[in-house]
Amino acid sequence: MIPLSWYLIFSAALFSTGLFGVLARKNAIAIIIGIELMLNAVNLNLVAFWRYITPDAITGQVFAVIVFAVAAAEVAVGLALIISIYRRRNTIIAEEIDMLKF
Amino acid sequence: MTALQIVFFIVAVVTIFAGLMAVTVGNLVHAALWLILSLFGVALSFGLLSAGFLAVAQVIVYIGAIAILIIFAIMLTRRVATDIGSQINSGWPWAAVIAFVLCGGLIWMLREWPGFSTLPPQMSARADSLSMLGMALVSPNAYVIPFEVASVLLLAALIGAIIIAWERK
Repeated sequence: MIPLSWYLIFSAALFSTGLFGVLARKNAIAIIIGIELMLNAVNLNLVAFWRYITPDAITGQVFAVIVFAVAAAEVAVGLALIISIYRRRNTIIAEEIDMLKF
Repeated sequence: MTALQIVFFIVAVVTIFAGLMAVTVGNLVHAALWLILSLFGVALSFGLLSAGFLAVAQVIVYIGAIAILIIFAIMLTRRVATDIGSQINSGWPWAAVIAFVLCGGLIWMLREWPGFSTLPPQMSARADSLSMLGMALVSPNAYVIPFEVASVLLLAALIGAIIIAWERK
């Protein structure tokens, strides 16, 4: 039997990995890859809590399905923005996209 | 260690290693492929948690749609993916410190929680989580409104993505 703590440590490590990617990467697409890892860690936590704490209520899985939908929406809009920026500025390096900065 | 624990351990190590490679490797196409391996590991963990539907949905939605979308975006912006030298910020040690502190802090905080080492309760034999999930998503007493809102959000986001990426002459 696997204790709940293993899943929680696993997903904490996965979340931190994603956070490192978001903070340290230059390329905007690589930042989106980090965000995907973070969303996956959250999903893993939701499903683990569903299985260990409330296996009779299905709430955790429903939440995870909705996180799937939101992640798909987020990545579609994010990549569309990146492609649009690439067309106008010819770069997707986050540091060089500074039009709003004085 | 039981067999299940060994399987979990291998899956977790491979997933986190693939995640680390995905956020550090220089070539972005390789990063996307490592991301796919990591997502597959998460799908296997869903399987270990007896959430079979979510494991399948993870493979279809994340690996089948999101990862392919990311690879297409990398190809459309290909020059950037290969031409600049380092893909990592100059301030990356700070990012590593923040990630380590967050991970350690989360684990330290969770250790205080009494339910930290709960063992999984026995699933009752007649409880079928797939049909429960299906009923919950369409039943007015459960989650039909959030489900519909999520689908409208997805539709709006897809239309918005087309409009944003439209090439204006």
